[in-house]
Amino acid sequence: MTTALQFGPVLVHLDRLLWGLSQTIVYAALSIVFGTIVGIFGAVGRSYGPRWLSRLIGLYVELIRNTPLLIQLYIVFFSLPLIGMKFTPGTSAVIALSIHLGAYATEILRAGVESIPAGQVEAAKSLGLSPYRIVRHVVLAPAVRAVYPSLSAQFILQLMGTSIVGAIAAEELTAIANNLVMQTFRSFEVYIVVAVIYFVAVQLASLLFAGVGRFLFRWKQ
Amino acid sequence: MSLRDFGPNELMFILLAARWTIVLALIAFIGGGVLGMVIAALRVAPVGALRWLAAVYIQFFMGTPLLIQLFMAYYGSSLLGYRPDVWTAAALTFCLNGGAFFGEIFRGAIEAIPKGQWEASTALGFRFLRTLRLVIVPQAVRLMLPPAVGFMVQIVKSTSVASLIGFTEVARASVQINTVTFEPVLVFGTASAIYFALCWPLSLLSTRLERRFAVGVARKLEQPLVMSA
Repeated sequence: MTTALQFGPVLVHLDRLLWGLSQTIVYAALSIVFGTIVGIFGAVGRSYGPRWLSRLIGLYVELIRNTPLLIQLYIVFFSLPLIGMKFTPGTSAVIALSIHLGAYATEILRAGVESIPAGQVEAAKSLGLSPYRIVRHVVLAPAVRAVYPSLSAQFILQLMGTSIVGAIAAEELTAIANNLVMQTFRSFEVYIVVAVIYFVAVQLASLLFAGVGRFLFRWKQ
Repeated sequence: MSLRDFGPNELMFILLAARWTIVLALIAFIGGGVLGMVIAALRVAPVGALRWLAAVYIQFFMGTPLLIQLFMAYYGSSLLGYRPDVWTAAALTFCLNGGAFFGEIFRGAIEAIPKGQWEASTALGFRFLRTLRLVIVPQAVRLMLPPAVGFMVQIVKSTSVASLIGFTEVARASVQINTVTFEPVLVFGTASAIYFALCWPLSLLSTRLERRFAVGVARKLEQPLVMSA
């Protein structure tokens, strides 16, 4: 039996879906901020740190990049309470998402850091710049600029990746959509509306990241 | 306090579930790869409407989460009077989704081949498909292989998302075992080890291919395509 599409029963709950979207954005934004911080330290440590640190960061990157985000979510959510760190599903999700993005950001930023010629760092040293200023202005600023397109593509993937945190009972757009399906039995309509919301969010986020990129890197090469 | 201990039986249960992870990944490699070639061909076709159609297809699958696509296929298609089982829904979604990503990878490689090759083929009287098959693709293979193998890693990992519509594979088996043993470190450690054992060789192969083919490449592909989860 086929029935016609009925969006009415779904659209009256649009406010709940949009609340879900706001949660999705919160998860994505927090994990992007924390993940990028991890990535910056990871990339600098991987390239300039002592051998043991570099190896350790390499191990972290490979472990995270070769296992699924879902398993990482489960590990954080189920294992951390064993060592006395009990978090809400939301906090667990942010921790797992940040660790996940941190590995990808490390690898992307490392490529940028390694593209900085050694002579540039030596020149900065001979000018007497402090190590902090060398890393901050001479290495990181042009490195981030060089890999910004890859980095923002990874951020977009992170936005869509948050859709699976419902698996540990964290509430966001997809989880709200599932509740709505139970309630209205309009599964296809709900998922179409949610797909459109994600699609629009992804396009807007791309525009936002492009704009932020133009603003941050407006200095001349 | 748990119903069972994590013993050899529990370990075997998770290990055997890896079969379904591998089978689903293989379906996605093959189905997605073949579909990707079609999408890539459409994407560079001499007919504007075809290019547009392929672009819309790619935009949809790359611009919405895989989980939503799975839900649409599994719960949504009942509207069409057809209720697929979990296997069909998962296999279909992974092929369609993989097709979009592979298509974009192949397109990138095809477009990196100099225009002169197309013009020379036209001058020789080759039509579109013949040019693509005999002239362009053989040269583009070395460009598409490293990112395609890299994307296979993403596919293996993303099969875990299929557990959320009830597809039994490593992630779902682990959750089931964790529920009765409550040994999350052992259980998800085992699951991670399985995924790592499947993905790591592919990652290494991708890096090796990239190094090997890096010599004599006219233009590097844009950023590597990655899929989350």
